[in-house]
Amino acid sequence: MSSTTKEKPLAQEAKPRVVTSVGDRVFAGLTLGASLIILLALASVFIFLLVKGLPGFTKAADVYGPRASSFFGYVSPLLGGTLIAAVIALIIAVPLAWGIALVISHYAPRFIAVPVAYLVDLLAAVPSVVFGLWGVIVLAPQMVPVFEFLNTYLGFIPIFGGDDDVVSKSGRTILTAGVVLAIMILPIITAITREVFSRTPRLNQEAALALGATRWEMMRLTVFPYGRSGMVSATMLGLGRALGETMAVAMVLSLGGWNVNLLGPGNSSIAANIASKYKERSEDLLSVLIATGLVLFLLTFLVNFTARWIVGRSERKMASA
Amino acid sequence: MTDLSKAMSNTPETPGTPPPSRTSVPLTAASLPSVAQLIVGVIGLAVGIFCWLILGWPLIGSAVVGGLVYLVGLPAWSLAVEGKRAATDRMMTGLIWTTFVVAMVPLVSLVYTVIDKGRRAISGDFLTYSLFKTALGQPDGIYHAIMGTLIITLGAAVISIPIGVLAAIHLVEYGKGNRLSRVVTFLVDVMTGIPSIVAGLFAFALFTLLFGPGFQGGIGGSVALSLLMIPIVVRATEEMLRLVPDDLREASYALGTPKWRTIMRVVLPTTIGGIITGITLAVARVIGETAPLLLIAGLADKTNTNPFSGAMSTLPVQIYSFNSQQDTIPLAWGAALVLIVLVLVLNLAARIIGKFFAPKTGH
Repeated sequence: MSSTTKEKPLAQEAKPRVVTSVGDRVFAGLTLGASLIILLALASVFIFLLVKGLPGFTKAADVYGPRASSFFGYVSPLLGGTLIAAVIALIIAVPLAWGIALVISHYAPRFIAVPVAYLVDLLAAVPSVVFGLWGVIVLAPQMVPVFEFLNTYLGFIPIFGGDDDVVSKSGRTILTAGVVLAIMILPIITAITREVFSRTPRLNQEAALALGATRWEMMRLTVFPYGRSGMVSATMLGLGRALGETMAVAMVLSLGGWNVNLLGPGNSSIAANIASKYKERSEDLLSVLIATGLVLFLLTFLVNFTARWIVGRSERKMASA
Repeated sequence: MTDLSKAMSNTPETPGTPPPSRTSVPLTAASLPSVAQLIVGVIGLAVGIFCWLILGWPLIGSAVVGGLVYLVGLPAWSLAVEGKRAATDRMMTGLIWTTFVVAMVPLVSLVYTVIDKGRRAISGDFLTYSLFKTALGQPDGIYHAIMGTLIITLGAAVISIPIGVLAAIHLVEYGKGNRLSRVVTFLVDVMTGIPSIVAGLFAFALFTLLFGPGFQGGIGGSVALSLLMIPIVVRATEEMLRLVPDDLREASYALGTPKWRTIMRVVLPTTIGGIITGITLAVARVIGETAPLLLIAGLADKTNTNPFSGAMSTLPVQIYSFNSQQDTIPLAWGAALVLIVLVLVLNLAARIIGKFFAPKTGH
């Protein structure tokens, strides 16, 4: 305070100069420091994983366990499991999320929409371990009849088995894990999509209705084109979350080797594999696990980066329009 | 178009009712009676109940059949009476509501199961005893895990809040779109997408490097969680700071207040409610993280309040561990209920704070 009063006579100088007090410099330095810490943190995540994981790419063949002899052979089934679980989750969650978002933003009356929106937001905060618990104890047994139905009528497709005996009796398969992941990412996709849908300009919607469009035609003509990039990026963010999800997959799956049959036991994901194997505490295996973690990190980075890029592009387009 | 112009040109010539010799142009399209939805709904319900009670099908299968009857029946009727466009509209309306109902089933089931099964496990003993047995017949409890969760989350908050808030201030007040702030914004976006297990691996690699292999401790968990929490805090604070009108800042500068005092005394107090809300939501988000804590904080039966040494149980990891043995699964539900209640309370607190200190944008 005193410093500012002292500066007053200086204002007489011909050239106005920027007043900077010591406090200003200290404060600016602090905030700059915080930003730099964030830079440093992210860089160190990458560097640590790289340094610790790099040896894991080229270990002796026996480190990679009974099923593989090289890093590629080790990580590719895990990567496959990760992707399959995430894709199943997306296939189930995306249409449902769009539906709920439309119900909240356009279809439901306010007294339903507001509590439902609130409920969906709360579910986004339910810890993943609780979803996993529910998935393995409540959902998995319920899935068995569904699996038998799929196997009986669609069994000719490889992913739905073939013979009766390959259907898991406990229901703890990658398809169940995918369903649990779907329920987990549903609130996130819904929240973003709802936001985009409800931001559609009211005039566009009223114009479409005034031209005689039915409500669905109005959605197709105004809401969807306006919200397209938001819908895509919400999907990508859901994908990123599903790829990195650990506990739900680790708890629901009875981890095992690669299995193309979604109804049978086996399969694993990178994250679940780390969570279940880290305890072995062998230095060699740890570096392999960290290397797989690095692969996962790069994969989710790519997905999130693409999502952000799409959002950014549409924002720029909107700003210039 | 031609129909319309004909109708238009006809209107002046036909005041009142048209002469019987002319064919009348209906002004409204044919439409289903307003009770159509109800009728088809009742039919669908009846078919469903028929399948369930008379044919003895499973409940879910009957519900699906009944729903299909409604979803196909109403558009088909509409197609016959109202035409294709209206039929599509009715079908899509039905489908959209269906997605809603379908999605609510697992969500409601989850909430119901946790409350129903958790309620039975929870008692005063459950909340005040740890798993560490000092006497024969001592009840199982999760006190150690509750303490661990609170300490580790507090640690994460202590690390993330200053860094997050200061970085956000830098981005909004000092950065103004220069290269560094653009890079930081981008990296914060990247950080929001870090899988929690990767954060755990990082903390694991860092602490085993610093303190030797086999290190386990709460502080590692705090570091891993803060990696997940910082981006949420930065984003929330940034958004709030941008809401502060420039008029307020300029008024303050015009009075000769230095920039840092303007930020501390004018900008932050204006949005403190929103910032606290964001921080509370960030805490609620990381308090349930399991994977990083499993890796670095570990599992212990005894209550450990020192985050710098020894394994420290947390609620999520304890749930995971309870789940791995058949006879402790009821305890897992109890711990899950406690965890969900914690998250819920934090969320509610965030809303209340947000309402209480609603952004004061000008007068």
